[in-house]
Amino acid sequence: MAEQTAPAPPGTPPGAPPGDGPGPTAAAAPPHGPAHRPGPAEAAAPGSDAAVVRDALGVGVAVGLSGFAFGVTSAGAGLSVLQTCALSLLVFTGASQFALVGALAAGGNPLTAAAGAFFLGVRNAFYGLRLSQLLALPRSVTPLAAHWVIDETTAVALAQRSRRGVRLGFTVTGLTLYVLWNLTTLLGALGAEALGDTGAWGLDAAGPAVFLALLAPMLRTATERAVAALAVLLGLGLLPVLPAGVPVLVAGLAAPAVLWLKGRALGSGRPPASGRADGATSATTPEEDR
Amino acid sequence: MSVWIAIALTAAGCYLAKLVGLLVPAHTLERPSVQRLAALLPVALLASLTAQQTFGDGHALVLDARAAGVAAAGLALVLRAPFLVVVGVAVAVTAGVRALGG
Repeated sequence: MAEQTAPAPPGTPPGAPPGDGPGPTAAAAPPHGPAHRPGPAEAAAPGSDAAVVRDALGVGVAVGLSGFAFGVTSAGAGLSVLQTCALSLLVFTGASQFALVGALAAGGNPLTAAAGAFFLGVRNAFYGLRLSQLLALPRSVTPLAAHWVIDETTAVALAQRSRRGVRLGFTVTGLTLYVLWNLTTLLGALGAEALGDTGAWGLDAAGPAVFLALLAPMLRTATERAVAALAVLLGLGLLPVLPAGVPVLVAGLAAPAVLWLKGRALGSGRPPASGRADGATSATTPEEDR
Repeated sequence: MSVWIAIALTAAGCYLAKLVGLLVPAHTLERPSVQRLAALLPVALLASLTAQQTFGDGHALVLDARAAGVAAAGLALVLRAPFLVVVGVAVAVTAGVRALGG
């Protein structure tokens, strides 16, 4: 499975349009401009094959190693080594995996646990949307390539300037991550038994730290921060009263709620340039927004 | 058995999400409102998951060594530490606080 990479067919002209910007959140939320903006694609590409491979390996190795933390967390949550490895092999999107084992460990029923993990995985659909234009894959390899459409491969691929670079970055990052993530998951799951009480090693903090590290780059404007704050309140406030796994799903409603509030704020005479979602600044002059 | 059901559902759902993105015509999901919601949904989920796995213990809210570890991870993020360092710091600080009886 892992060796079935998607070799870029030769003969494709370079000069694919550049992405709007690197980073997974840029992929999920393109700024307000058009998706394709003609840019300085011809400006002597610094992305030589070697540079692309080096970037891809760097990301792949760093994140791949954190599969160890997942393996330990999953085994600590009571999943067997086989179940833990099945998750990394078949789900292969870290946040969803951590969310699933966290929900199962907290006693959530399988449906709510899977629902939370699935909703986290939905963002990959939007990465795929961006990537499909840049990768321009033949239909036959699309089902294989789809498995690698995640935060890191998207971030590396979108940072490249040519179609060749996009394909190379995507493939090398995907392959490196897939192999390492699964190897380190296995090692972590096996190691958890040797470690005994994983809590004593502080490994129960790995999951929330991973979530925080994924979340931090997304908190760019007041809207994201308002959504995060409301979600934290909902998640913690409902934890004591709702069945395990359900509070996270309810907290997900913070996203449409804040968008709706923001739409109302914009609709009630405030200038369209204001990007504030919190009411705290509504007393200030509109010019101060942004 | 129920764990396997959860694994199967998650694997199928997450794979389909990835595949749909590559297969559907670009304009289908390009509506700004859909894009914005899709960008904000992970923010909400990740924020609530971070909070719950830091302060949650079953159905109770507790303040223990994990809070110190995650706070240290937050500091590492502010200092632009790489991903692996952030996670390592959280684990080390949590273990350290526990060792000290926290």
